[in-house]
Amino acid sequence: MRRPSLPAVAVGLIPFLGMCFSVPLWDRVSPMILGLPFNLFWLILWIVLSSGCMALANRIEERHKKKGSTTP
Amino acid sequence: MTPAIVAMSVIFSIVFVGSAVGFRAGKGRQMNLEEWSIAGRSFGLLFMWLLMAGEIYTTFAFLGASGWAYSRGGPALYIMAYITLGYVISFYILPYIWELGRRHGLQTQSDFFEKRYRSRALALLVSFFGVLFVIPYLQIQLTGLGIIVQVASFDQIPRSVSMLIAVTLVALFVYFGGMRAVAWVSVLKDLLMILAALTIGIYIPIHYFGGVSPLFHTLAATHPTHLVMPGATKTMGHAWFISTVLLSACGFYMWPHTFGAAFTAKSGRILRRNAIVTPLYTLSLAFILIAGFAAVLLVPGLTNGDVSLLMLARKTFPAWFLGVIGGAGALTAMVPAAIILLTASTLFAKNVYRPLFAPQMSEDGIARLAKTMVLILALTSFGLALHSSTTLVALLLLGYAGVTQFFPGVVFGLFWSRVTAVGVTCGLLAGLATAAALMLSHRDPFHGINAGFLALLLNFAITILISLLTPRQPNPLPLAAEEETTTTAY
Repeated sequence: MRRPSLPAVAVGLIPFLGMCFSVPLWDRVSPMILGLPFNLFWLILWIVLSSGCMALANRIEERHKKKGSTTP
Repeated sequence: MTPAIVAMSVIFSIVFVGSAVGFRAGKGRQMNLEEWSIAGRSFGLLFMWLLMAGEIYTTFAFLGASGWAYSRGGPALYIMAYITLGYVISFYILPYIWELGRRHGLQTQSDFFEKRYRSRALALLVSFFGVLFVIPYLQIQLTGLGIIVQVASFDQIPRSVSMLIAVTLVALFVYFGGMRAVAWVSVLKDLLMILAALTIGIYIPIHYFGGVSPLFHTLAATHPTHLVMPGATKTMGHAWFISTVLLSACGFYMWPHTFGAAFTAKSGRILRRNAIVTPLYTLSLAFILIAGFAAVLLVPGLTNGDVSLLMLARKTFPAWFLGVIGGAGALTAMVPAAIILLTASTLFAKNVYRPLFAPQMSEDGIARLAKTMVLILALTSFGLALHSSTTLVALLLLGYAGVTQFFPGVVFGLFWSRVTAVGVTCGLLAGLATAAALMLSHRDPFHGINAGFLALLLNFAITILISLLTPRQPNPLPLAAEEETTTTAY
């Protein structure tokens, strides 16, 4: 087992940009979307996107590992 | 029958069924320490998911999150962000912890520190503080149970009596059931919790306002600042949000029990795939937050926000359904409390008591001592819960400020070969001291930034600096070890 690959780590940083560091940009009530305040809607959206990012990171890691084991 | 009796009998039936399910699961298996504490390293994807959700979605998520949406407003959103990002971080550390655990027979967080840094003192420090910081977490669960029984019994059963009942049930359950039993109850608990969250979050806005949209339009009109940060607080703005989310996400798997859960998995891949599905579970929190926001308009003027969800449910639903919600809440308190008790007591027996007082103790002896510790820890947190009046979120933030100080030692231990035991120990002590000093002198948030996060930054800086200043230390747990051994073997 080796440490996480760089592309996989980069994908993992995306949810941090979306849900954490960018808070001043999305912490607003309007526009309300689907009846939800914008900040609540944004976080719900990013929960789903984060799951997607993890799926992508998982594919990168599995491919990375396969490559590593076939070429010793 | 009065509504109180109806609600209470439903709650007790749910708790009873839950415990019965758990006891059945543990029957017929030989209960050695490894089976009792980490279920013999046998959990697959589904069970893992249930166990992890079981320990994360606690009474805190149920009552604390809605309580903060009610009393603080916008800052409560930090909970959705930090849980999701905690899972993201888990993807990058848990599979490695699991792999090292399998290779070197690690069972607890402290085993990791001891084997990685070859330092008894550091391992002892980590176990001691791990057990210490888990106590507020345990207290959250008992306080939550107390609130549930108090509200559902229409204030006829006092909180102290209900907490005593709860703590007895939890201790007995852990004592006889073990980790496998706990994971099974998680199944029932999660189903009920999702049912309760959806019903509350969807039905209440429709029933009172005609939908989610009118609810939030009304709230935005009457309480224009409540829905954004800093909400009803003065100090919890964006800097607080970022620092608290980072602190809590880093600390998510640093609790002795969440860290230990990694060892119960069947493979490292399962933990990675787990990180893809678990964030979706956080969606149920949105419904709980919506209920908390609705409570601002519907049950205003409560002094303790933590009761808001249940007061709203009591006002809205028939007694039997209040019982279902209460039962779901009771299980969401009991499952995590059981997991915490199990891990903390194993940790204490194996990593604090044995090295200090009885180096020759056998595994069976540890198992017996751990079971005694279950009772002692349960009673301690019961005593604290009786006398404390802090809110659930405040207790959680206190625990997080503490356990997150293990993060540099874990991450560097996995990925940085230059890190040294002295460096990690100094960083850990500096972090703990800073967090304690700022929080005990009531300077949290410190200039708008979470005090625990500042302590974590200092911890990182000192760990790096001292590690570089001390002589290089061999890494007994290298990640690539197995590849090397297999290539030499073939």
